[in-house]
Amino acid sequence: MKHIISILLENESGALSRVAGLFSARAYNIESLTVAPTDDETLSRMTLVTSGTEEIVEQIMKQLNKLVDVVKLIDLTESGHIERELMLAKVQATGNARSEVKRLADIFRGSIIDVTDTTYTIEMTGKGDKLNAFLTALSSITIYEVVRSGAIGICRGEKSLSL
Amino acid sequence: MELTGAEIVVQSLIEEGVEHLFGYPGGAVLHIYDAIHRQDKLQHILVRHEQGATHAADGYARSTGKPGVVLVTSGPGATNAVTGIATAYMDSIPMVVLTGQVPKPLIGNDAFQEVDSVGITRPVVKHNFLIENVEDIATTIKKAFYVATTGRPGPVVVDIPKDITAAKAVFSYPREIKMRSYNPTVKGHPGQIKKALDIILSAKRPMIYTGGGVILSNASEALTEFARTLGAPITNTLMGLGAYPASDKQFVGMLGMHGTYEANMAMHNCDVLIAIGARFDDRVTGNLEKFCPDARIVHVDVDPASISKNVKVDVPIVGDVKQVMDGLNKLLAADKRHLEAGAMESWWQQIEEWRAQDCLKYDRDSDTIKPQYVVEQLHEATKGDAFVASDVGQHQMFAAQFYGFDKPRRWINSGGLGTMGFGLPAAMGVQVAFPDETVACITGEGSIQMCIQELATCLQYGLPVKIINLNNGYLGMVRQWQEFFYDKRYANSVMDVHPDFVALAEAYGHVGIRIDKPEDVRKALDDAVGKYKDRLVFLDFVIDREENVYPMIPAGAGLNEMILV
Ligand SMILES: Cc1cc2nc3c(=O)[nH]c(=O)nc-3n(C[C@H](O)[C@H](O)[C@H](O)COP(=O)(O)OP(=O)(O)OC[C@H]3O[C@@H](n4cnc5c(N)ncnc54)[C@H](O)[C@@H]3O)c2cc1C
Ligand SMILES: Cc1ncc(C[n+]2csc(CCOP(=O)(O)OP(=O)(O)O)c2C)c(N)n1
Repeated sequence: MKHIISILLENESGALSRVAGLFSARAYNIESLTVAPTDDETLSRMTLVTSGTEEIVEQIMKQLNKLVDVVKLIDLTESGHIERELMLAKVQATGNARSEVKRLADIFRGSIIDVTDTTYTIEMTGKGDKLNAFLTALSSITIYEVVRSGAIGICRGEKSLSL
Repeated sequence: MELTGAEIVVQSLIEEGVEHLFGYPGGAVLHIYDAIHRQDKLQHILVRHEQGATHAADGYARSTGKPGVVLVTSGPGATNAVTGIATAYMDSIPMVVLTGQVPKPLIGNDAFQEVDSVGITRPVVKHNFLIENVEDIATTIKKAFYVATTGRPGPVVVDIPKDITAAKAVFSYPREIKMRSYNPTVKGHPGQIKKALDIILSAKRPMIYTGGGVILSNASEALTEFARTLGAPITNTLMGLGAYPASDKQFVGMLGMHGTYEANMAMHNCDVLIAIGARFDDRVTGNLEKFCPDARIVHVDVDPASISKNVKVDVPIVGDVKQVMDGLNKLLAADKRHLEAGAMESWWQQIEEWRAQDCLKYDRDSDTIKPQYVVEQLHEATKGDAFVASDVGQHQMFAAQFYGFDKPRRWINSGGLGTMGFGLPAAMGVQVAFPDETVACITGEGSIQMCIQELATCLQYGLPVKIINLNNGYLGMVRQWQEFFYDKRYANSVMDVHPDFVALAEAYGHVGIRIDKPEDVRKALDDAVGKYKDRLVFLDFVIDREENVYPMIPAGAGLNEMILV
């Protein structure tokens, strides 16, 4: 099963490589990983999407917790949460495709943020599934480039990951 | 008062109570060496190879319980230390390793003797630091000792750029340190402890399986009290030997791949397994599918990641062994319940039958020297009270099986990484800590050659280690596997070309003795600890070349499927 793990890390050089190194050394799988500073400048927040059996994910949580730079972490998938990912897609926009792309982008609530005679660049946010669905819907269109941020997430309701 | 960074390093170590430092100088640490030269509280032991420094500090730590401290230069100094750091990491040994680094402005420029020490050591340390400002030296060293010695111990590397050791700052050493991201749980959860006791007291065939965690936690007495009150059989891992007296009848020997028949059979047949400070290593469990099929399992460990990693347990207790055992002992003493007498009687009867198999028997009438005999004689010659360091191979297993450790911290060996070359420098570290005790190093002609240069260090500092070389002219442990599993094709395991060890020992200024007859074994050992008490003695025992370590659990087998003699 897919798990989204959110981690508060000391904002120190090397902290990221400790996490990345842990995953490669123990052959855990990483689907995506994002990291950026938070409102508290001493902390970074990392979101990591991984998958594995319950036993493996339990070990992943324990091993992450053991890293001295990890302050706190939570498996978002254990309870209600909101997941978002940002995607930028540059596609061909000539002939019929030009209106078709616009139409699909509207349906998926994306916005076209850059236009040339022959291309559109679409910005879209949502859960990974939605972004995948959009790309599938574009299957008859030539896609030049896709950039995805990897998921970030937050707990629903009052629960939060903070100090 | 302002001090240089180098002086701050030295003063910080002194504040930590460090008395001995194992190291080797070089460009990046010259300021620190100069600061060491200008004081007399801290003794520096100059080794002959940085691997030796790390193993020596490791042996010092294992025998004393205090963190071992190492100082090496940047680049090759740091890379040479890596094997020793990894060795300590695998066995959870507290160690602080200071590595010099090129000056900060040069970092990343492929400067002379630059390596990314923090990057290289990251997977084999508990934590590491690169110090960026002279003002941070004292706090970082404080943190390093704190992290290395608390929770599940381990090595911590502190990388110090040269320019920072020349810069100046006001020195004040923090009394205490708090790290919001590091708070090991040491007190066991009372509810879990109660739950564990209920399961334990309901057992009909209980078994206590303890490991290195008991020794690291200094909990031998609490463990002994617990085992005696309970009356259950107890086994120790290779790392846990000495935590419970081997001469006690409740002790059924070591378990695992080369453990005793009775220990492994009792493991396999128990209905409640009490695992304490042990990590269900694959050398211990054998085939996981066949492991302890009938047992409910209680597991005490300070590291939550050790719990249910390889074997799913029923009652986990996260905490320091000593604290948890004190809690358990208190509850047990107040509890009116006992293990059921009838059930225990038949359980012990069964165990005695397994014990009667005499799985460690060997040919006592042999004309060639048997390695087992040498270890037994060493035990007698040293009254079972020596510190015994070991290298890695068959000799290590013979030492573990035949020395019979009654006290903790006397058995010093590399279990997790299995590092050949560990023995001599580790013994040296023990001898530095205990100058008046007998320190033996049981080794083989393969292993001893991996760090033999430390013979010079032993001479320089007058460390009278007794080297017991069980010389079979083979990389014996490898040969044994080739005999069993590769049709006796001894591919590159023949090591009959080696130096004349007697001459070599003498060349280094020590005493060398070759022994090739069983009847001369004891006298040589007696001389080593008697007549030559104050000298390093290299005893080269020419032993039976193809003796094997029995019993043995072959790969993929369960604990009840041992190969016996
Ligand atoms: C050639 C060779 C053959 C070997 N054969 C065998 C064999 O037959 N049998 C055998 O047993 N081993 C054998 N080993 C050793 C084996 O590889 C492992 O090193 C060993 O089994 C691990 O021992 P342990 O479980 O006690 O763990 P350790 O490595 O000693 O780990 C200690 C455990 O205790 C925990 N701990 C640490 N401090 C505390 C504390 N204060 N409180 C609570 N918990 C704590 C740690 O988190 C860890 O889980 C062999 C090694 C070699 C090189
Ligand atoms: C550094 C290192 N290299 C290789 C090995 C693999 N290995 C394990 S035991 C062994 C043989 C040890 O030979 P020796 O020291 O002569 O001891 P013996 O087994 O003969 O008692 C080897 C090569 C190891 N454990 N460590």
